[in-house]
Amino acid sequence: MRKNVITLMSILAWGVGLIAGPVEAKTFVQVKGSDTEVNVVQRLAENFMKKDANTSIAVTGGGSGVGIAAIINRTTDLANSSRPMKDSEVAKAKANGVNPVGIAFAVDGLSVIVNPKNSLKALTMDQIGQIYRGEVTNWKQVGGPDGPITLYGRQPNSGTFVFFREGVVKGDYSNKMNQMNGNAQILEAVKKDAGGIGYVGIGYVVDDAGKVVAGISVLDVAKDSRGKPTSPLQLENIMSGAYPITRPLYQYFDKNNQAKVEGFVKYELSPEGMAVIKKDGFYPLTDQWKKHNAQFGF
Amino acid sequence: MIRNWRQFQDASIHRFFQFNGVLSILILLGIFFILFKDGLPALQQLGVGTFIQMIWNPTSFVQETYGMGAMIISTLMVTFLALLIAVPVGLGCAAYLSEVAPNWVREILKPVIEILAGIPSVVLGFLGIVIIGPWIARVFHLPNGLNALNGAILLAVMSLPTIISISEDAISSVPRAYKEASLALGASKWQTLIRVIVPSALSGIIASVMLGMGRAIGETMTVLMATGNALKTPTHILEAVRTMTATIAIELGEVPFGSEHYHGLFVIGFVLFVMTFLVNLVADIVLAKYQEVER
Repeated sequence: MRKNVITLMSILAWGVGLIAGPVEAKTFVQVKGSDTEVNVVQRLAENFMKKDANTSIAVTGGGSGVGIAAIINRTTDLANSSRPMKDSEVAKAKANGVNPVGIAFAVDGLSVIVNPKNSLKALTMDQIGQIYRGEVTNWKQVGGPDGPITLYGRQPNSGTFVFFREGVVKGDYSNKMNQMNGNAQILEAVKKDAGGIGYVGIGYVVDDAGKVVAGISVLDVAKDSRGKPTSPLQLENIMSGAYPITRPLYQYFDKNNQAKVEGFVKYELSPEGMAVIKKDGFYPLTDQWKKHNAQFGF
Repeated sequence: MIRNWRQFQDASIHRFFQFNGVLSILILLGIFFILFKDGLPALQQLGVGTFIQMIWNPTSFVQETYGMGAMIISTLMVTFLALLIAVPVGLGCAAYLSEVAPNWVREILKPVIEILAGIPSVVLGFLGIVIIGPWIARVFHLPNGLNALNGAILLAVMSLPTIISISEDAISSVPRAYKEASLALGASKWQTLIRVIVPSALSGIIASVMLGMGRAIGETMTVLMATGNALKTPTHILEAVRTMTATIAIELGEVPFGSEHYHGLFVIGFVLFVMTFLVNLVADIVLAKYQEVER
């Protein structure tokens, strides 16, 4: 709800800005893509615009696939993506004269959520895979209460859909999975469905104070049946890699267009930007990803 | 001189109207051609048989499939269910408006129905998620209310204004003499309505239903939000379905330009277009037949 209000306010603010009339020679940066990233990038953009009055940043969602398609077709300056670009996509971009550079700006502990009425507290990676492939259809098969499982997932244009499939499901999603329109819709569906299971970015399950939002329960996840289940809610589990479903959140831009977006990306990676990212529930970069960025001069 | 000028004027206006008439045909043929041209590569590369399967999953992790069966069934299921709800309500409302309602009620109701037509589809989809969905879930004891029935209820609301206003026009334009003759012969108001007025207005009523159906088949945002979008073949109305329009809307944004998947989406568009075209054609044939009888 808080995030909806923020988004609404920013839209209103933007509208008021339009009515107030254009300010002279502003740099206008278009950011598009991942639904997981849209709220945190929106916040970063608002804070950045307060500091740099000459830059105006518009952030929209649509899914990582939409953002990547936009960077290939040069209809956006920055593409938010919660998955790396595929080789085929990089080749397409190069053929189009675009030289894509992917900077990681935050780390996500992708959270597996269930309804609080479900007594289950932990699952292994294998069990989650079985559930989403449709091989396990009752909660009691994985140590939960007796009752059917309802699957909630994202749509194919989502980076989270692709990342989760490649990293956890390792096969096709069950055809019975409800393909929801975004993280928020999955969250709402699981809140209402006692047998529901969903996966969302960590930024969607914690509020400003770092508490889990009401009406859902975040599962601990173990690498395998011998491993100890860990929670994505603790920073150290993410930093040490103990929580198995972590991923970097990327932003792609065209190297030829770097000057336009450099200021904003550097701000995101600054300690100030990292503070905003943490406040939104995501995690700061680990050394591995700092090294990744360093090769591009960030 | 003046005479020639007037002839020239008449001729120009004649050509202008002719051009406008032909233009719509050209646009229609153009759309038909583009859908076919962009769909053809997929049919050539994958074969027609690939599309005659149930499951559509071109971005599969294991085996890419391009079956259109499940989504065609989903689209038809949602559309006919919507008509099943909208036609009785719509016709009842139209009959009430034109034959029963006092003037002041009509003055209020008609504009309200027009406003109903102006509700953006995304708003209706939202209502489907927050109001109708939970309600369906409670009534039928389901884990969630995102299913074909939810989509159909919303589509029924969307097609109601079309059905009501066109049927109402048709009923109102039935000559007064028919009604008076029927009443004079001793028929009750109800008998007059059912046996005389509605049959006389049937062509308009059928047209309204067909137009409402066209609206329902092609609607995208509402069904995308309210029906759950599961890929499986639906077996009953309380299951999540993913319609043809929703599939195109979900996938076209991120599909690599020129890929098999891209052309595959045009095949869906083409089939959808042919379906709506057939609906309209059948409506026209029915209308023509009926009008012949009428004369």
